[in-house]
Amino acid sequence: MTELNKLTIAEARDLLRSGDVTSKALTEACLSAVEGAGALNAFVHKTPEIALQQAEAADARLKAGDAPALCGIPLGIKDLYCTKGVPSQAASNILEGFKPEYESTVTQNLFDDGAVMLGKLNMDEFAMGSSNETSAYGNAVNPWRRGNDDTALTPGGSSGGSAAAVAADLCLGATGTDTGGSIRQPCALTGTVGIKPTYGRCSRWGIIAFASSLDQAGPMTKTVRDSAIMLQSMCSHDAKDSTSTDLPVPDFEAALTGDIRGKTIGIPREYRIDGIPDEIDAIWKRGTEMLKDAGAKVVDISLPHTKYALPAYYVIAPAEASSNLARYDGVRYGHRAKLAQGDGITEMYEKTRAEGFGHEVQRRIMVGTYVLSAGFYDAYYNRARKVRTLIKRDFEEAFAQGVDAILTPATPSAAFGLGEMKDADPVQMYLNDVFTVTVNLAGLPGVSVPAGLDKQGLPLGLQLIGRPWEEADLLNTALALETAAGFVDKPAKWW
Amino acid sequence: MSIDTDTAARVAKLARIKVEPDQLPALAEEFNNILGFIEQLNEVDVEGVEPMTSVTPQRLKRREDVVTEGDQQDKILANAPDAREGFFAVPKVVE
Repeated sequence: MTELNKLTIAEARDLLRSGDVTSKALTEACLSAVEGAGALNAFVHKTPEIALQQAEAADARLKAGDAPALCGIPLGIKDLYCTKGVPSQAASNILEGFKPEYESTVTQNLFDDGAVMLGKLNMDEFAMGSSNETSAYGNAVNPWRRGNDDTALTPGGSSGGSAAAVAADLCLGATGTDTGGSIRQPCALTGTVGIKPTYGRCSRWGIIAFASSLDQAGPMTKTVRDSAIMLQSMCSHDAKDSTSTDLPVPDFEAALTGDIRGKTIGIPREYRIDGIPDEIDAIWKRGTEMLKDAGAKVVDISLPHTKYALPAYYVIAPAEASSNLARYDGVRYGHRAKLAQGDGITEMYEKTRAEGFGHEVQRRIMVGTYVLSAGFYDAYYNRARKVRTLIKRDFEEAFAQGVDAILTPATPSAAFGLGEMKDADPVQMYLNDVFTVTVNLAGLPGVSVPAGLDKQGLPLGLQLIGRPWEEADLLNTALALETAAGFVDKPAKWW
Repeated sequence: MSIDTDTAARVAKLARIKVEPDQLPALAEEFNNILGFIEQLNEVDVEGVEPMTSVTPQRLKRREDVVTEGDQQDKILANAPDAREGFFAVPKVVE
């Protein structure tokens, strides 16, 4: 048998149910893979004791024959999720030492289904970043390298630790969150699969807030089938999140037939942008051909406001962040600055926040404060919200013309070197999300599927965007793409 | 719209983040870069367009205005940097 940590969720589920493997053995294999992967800096809080307890409980449940699909499956959890009694600090110094007294709804759903938590995963601070370089824990490192070149590459961000852990087989799957591309971009950069569901599918309760109107949880896995299985468990209607939607959750895995004959796939012309490497364009064309060969009808579509998605995002997301992150004041949890003689409460707030937040988070809070301030609210914030309405309308019009899913590149490049963007303008880093951010603004489901390798041997991904609430159909199209692309490469182990 | 160091200082104050005076010019420049990028939104014709309030067409749900999970003072204070006698402790607020 192959090493157990290298199994997919679906394979492990079948072996657990047939009694050929125990969750304990599977969990131990993952824990030892985690121990041996310090160089990736993916797991930042390890929870082997919890994992082994959960594995034991899962084995009992499997024996009793009452085992949901995720029962006994070892997962990694992004540090943004509050996990009871386990450090949850959004990769920020301002939440140092914070141990939630409660469990996020999504992790509770996973645990109710018997999932095993190996630990907490690295990420960009408060999910603000596209390279995992803003983390208080230091960079997470991509297990993929450019051939024999040992330059450390980014696993993407913000869910960089999740992507690195799944790609390196440290866990069978991981949770991510996606505000502007934070699941799909790291998945594309690491050869893994990730879906951001429709806004409202997963409860945001207990997930540390960045931009509440954009944030969604989702799975990051080795295959499309695994994403379907994990998403099934993560979704629920939750009275504790007023934006959580009260709709039945379909059986995502049952919808995976791989048959997309008669489906219409839209190719948006506005996603052909200047300066994009030829290889990205080539893989997009290949993906289009694959879907056509699988029996889909391919049509050109127009999403005319695409160009304005990133600037609208960089008003709306910082505005919401400045409001959400106002709670970190050194009073109720986390870090409090040491005060000088005579310092009052204002100095306490200002020093605490200057010490606790990293540079990128401070910048976004202040940009958000500015665009919401008197005199600028209409010019920036309201205008951005109007543009958001237009971006959503573009998609609605495409879907009204009979388009079932939209195919785009997932990222404008393959993984880049850690530190390579250090001196770049922040706007340059923001361009990483150019293909993904529209989906958050429109609240739609989007999935990233590995489609091939570039000349340097690095994975490239394609994104499929679906109609609202039709994740089942979207995942089925993703399966057809995955099958046609036949991506089976894994990074050569160097860590 | 160009942001000067006075405006940068005012924004930092509003955000309750201490920024040293020698850092203000660099901060102002960063703001200008980002706002320059955002200025593109002025090209869009938004006449008659409603600003989005909810990305999904549903009304915000309401719940009964009652205590749901009360009586857990210890848990609420467990993570406080300074908690005394059942309260969060802060520097003197009122002179």
